[in-house]
Amino acid sequence: MADTNPIKQFEIHEVAALEIAGFDLAFTNSAFFMVLATVSVTLLMALATNKRALVPGRGQSIAEILYGFVADMVRSSAGNEGLRFFPFVFTLFIFILAGNMLGMFPYFPLGIEGIGWHGFTFTSHIIVTLTLSMMVMGIVVGFGVYKNGFKFLKLFVPAGVPPVLYIIVTPIEIISFLSRPISLSVRLFANMLAGHILLKVFAGFIVMLAGAGAAWGIIGVLPFAMVIGLTALEFLVAFLQAYVFAILTCIYLNDALHPAH
Amino acid sequence: MEELGKYIGAGLACLGMLGAAIGVGNIFGSFLQGAMRNPAAAQQQFGTLIFGFAVTEALGIFSLLIALLLLFVV
Repeated sequence: MADTNPIKQFEIHEVAALEIAGFDLAFTNSAFFMVLATVSVTLLMALATNKRALVPGRGQSIAEILYGFVADMVRSSAGNEGLRFFPFVFTLFIFILAGNMLGMFPYFPLGIEGIGWHGFTFTSHIIVTLTLSMMVMGIVVGFGVYKNGFKFLKLFVPAGVPPVLYIIVTPIEIISFLSRPISLSVRLFANMLAGHILLKVFAGFIVMLAGAGAAWGIIGVLPFAMVIGLTALEFLVAFLQAYVFAILTCIYLNDALHPAH
Repeated sequence: MEELGKYIGAGLACLGMLGAAIGVGNIFGSFLQGAMRNPAAAQQQFGTLIFGFAVTEALGIFSLLIALLLLFVV
């Protein structure tokens, strides 16, 4: 009986041990895929744009479309002032997108000790997504206070509300602001986690049916077709969640730029 | 007994996704309704659509998370 535990794919293994001042800083398969995402994106962007052709070729078109896509997103939700955060949002978007897409590899023919043979989605770990979202909230609060000073607190006192209602509205606004980093990180993490568990559960059905004999094995075609459909859906989710993370970042940055709205 | 409660709890937690499902369906349905009436304005509202979807979906995801925690962690 093959191991069909759907949670096993999220296990973190040590690739190279490293300990500094009592902290376990081992290079893990999670870290390996983060490095892989960064390196592959950097290579893609560097190679695609190093010719700087006036009429873009195929590679340069990909880079230009990505650039234009994120620039439009920042401009439409945070305004022209928001473009100063373009490098940050672009990096976040591309990093998460690359991470989600690398996780979609069902098979990774590396065979290095600790990484094994399967892909790994580092965005399916709450610690990774929480770090990213705390970074976003740190920039929102830091820049908001730096730019607006005490006026940043207007965020919690929306204009156009009858004064009596501030007793209720202000606590709600504060709670909603404080829950932002949680919802931002949990959304990405839980989506990736749930999607990959779903894929592995359906893949487990195929293995179980195949193991049950020839007659049942034929029925295994049904979950196999389902897995193919779900994989296509997962690619959509992988892109959509990176997009959602980036656009919410833009919207929160917009709050830092214009807290009175 | 504890095992039983875990599974019942996970099932109950999944009911929370019902609300998110209604909400997400409502968002896309309303968007389509508006977009059919005024297709020219639809493209600019794509970001708003995704924002509404994300905020609504998060609540369903939270309940799914409770179910997953009950099944695999507790």
